[in-house]
Amino acid sequence: MDNFLIDYTLHLADTSLILAQRNAEWCGLGPVLEQDIAITNISLDLLGQARNYYQYAATIIGGTATEDSLAYHRTEREFKNLLLAEQPNGDWAQTILRQYLFSQFQYLQLQQLQQSHNQQLAAIAAKAIKEVSYHLRWSSEWVIRLGDGTTESNQRMQNAISVLWPFTGEFFIPANYEKEFITVETLQTPWLQNVDAIFTEATLPIPATTFMQQGGKQGLHTEAMGYILAELQYLQRTYPGAEW
Amino acid sequence: MSVLELEQLFQQKIDAEQKIEPKDWMPDAYRKTNVRQISQHAHSEIVGMLPEGNWISRAPSLKRKAILIAKVQDEAGHGLYLYSAAETLGTSRNEMINDLHSGKAKYSSIFNYPTLTWADMGAIGWLVDGAAILNQVMLCRTSYGPYARAMVRICKEESFHQRQGFESLLVLSKGTEAQKAMCQDAINRWWWPSLMMFGPKDSESTNSDQSMKWKIKRKTNDELRQQFVDMCAQQVKLLGMTLPDPDLKWNETTQHYDFGAINWQEFWNVVKGNGPCNKERLEARRNAHAAGAWVREAAIAYATKKKNKQQKQVA
Repeated sequence: MDNFLIDYTLHLADTSLILAQRNAEWCGLGPVLEQDIAITNISLDLLGQARNYYQYAATIIGGTATEDSLAYHRTEREFKNLLLAEQPNGDWAQTILRQYLFSQFQYLQLQQLQQSHNQQLAAIAAKAIKEVSYHLRWSSEWVIRLGDGTTESNQRMQNAISVLWPFTGEFFIPANYEKEFITVETLQTPWLQNVDAIFTEATLPIPATTFMQQGGKQGLHTEAMGYILAELQYLQRTYPGAEW
Repeated sequence: MSVLELEQLFQQKIDAEQKIEPKDWMPDAYRKTNVRQISQHAHSEIVGMLPEGNWISRAPSLKRKAILIAKVQDEAGHGLYLYSAAETLGTSRNEMINDLHSGKAKYSSIFNYPTLTWADMGAIGWLVDGAAILNQVMLCRTSYGPYARAMVRICKEESFHQRQGFESLLVLSKGTEAQKAMCQDAINRWWWPSLMMFGPKDSESTNSDQSMKWKIKRKTNDELRQQFVDMCAQQVKLLGMTLPDPDLKWNETTQHYDFGAINWQEFWNVVKGNGPCNKERLEARRNAHAAGAWVREAAIAYATKKKNKQQKQVA
């Protein structure tokens, strides 16, 4: 069994699932109806990506593994999502920024992954990148709108930057299971250039180098993770073996 | 032309099954009734997102989670079409939302009941959406054009939701003992409130007569309710479950199911704000709106800046 392939596929799946779970918390509570629809739409896209990855991982693992056993029966130490994905929604600024920082990264990641020697990952990436280019456009526009909107919205964006920026560093630090599929290090420069362009238009400062958190790829998460999984997995854990 | 003549012409049009369009002359009361009804309907879609949204994070499989998110999102979409339809009558979405938040406008009381278990997602799809569809199918032929057209789109999606809800209950009904019990319990809790969704008995409904004459409504509350009971009494057999009504039985003479007395005291209590979740639902809406105020302001401020820049460039 190809453990690196399984771990990398799960890392991709977990990141999409956990961000989908977070974005869906907005459902019914968005600042305006149209944006409520937009953020849940992104959630739905991410969930679809996660399912594709989990289903693929399940076929490699074989046996009784399914998309649901992988999503619902692993513990917080086994989840390999990026730390950024699990960060709380906070206000609309924080949700927007989380989405933007991730989409900007995910777009570059999928661009490279489309060329992967692994045909299945390449195919999932090719499908997902169409959705992600919309997520990227939508979230960029919101970063600009909020950054260059009112004094309050600018301040809220700056707060969001100080909360979330430290979780962007691990995007570019390859996990041992990641290296044969992608060279994430090479994505850092284009990512930073793109972020810089959007932040400039949004009249927002790029933070001076700060300490970066890491660990998500290895299953070392923030305290938020246990609560996310407690909710997500509650029914499967309570009624083991039931079909839904 | 005198008002009396205009009213006669208006009624002739309705009688001839012609749609009333936004720019047509209409009696003030017709306009008001439509704004009240359409906005109430829009509010129901929006408030209705909350009890189901409550289970998105806990959906028991990835497939069910995707179906539920898509469903709740459809409801937001329905809210949008309906607010737009109501706006054609000269009331802004903002005014309507303010009326919801102040308690002046109502929404369907069904959403003041809590969603306590996963089976409630299925029961809402089957019973609540099922009841809503009967009403909405009728409204596809309502006399106000924009409302009728919005309903045609909504009906297609709603019947899909109802099938999904039923299918989800079917899976539970074939599952473990705990799942079967969960399924029956959800049906027990949602059955009577669903019957109340059709509104008061015809003999006690204040808005019915005029609405029928204007073809805003085409069937009475009691007719629709009976149709619903007849439908569900059959469908529940497929689930191997029962409806919680000892008086429910087929009547050969009427060719309909007889059913027990509805607890109207409960109905009025919930309408008046004393349902299990009235306060929570309204508070959730108010809080979301208040928390989003700075976002809406920022969006307007940015749009204004951008427009000014463009104008400067043109000049």
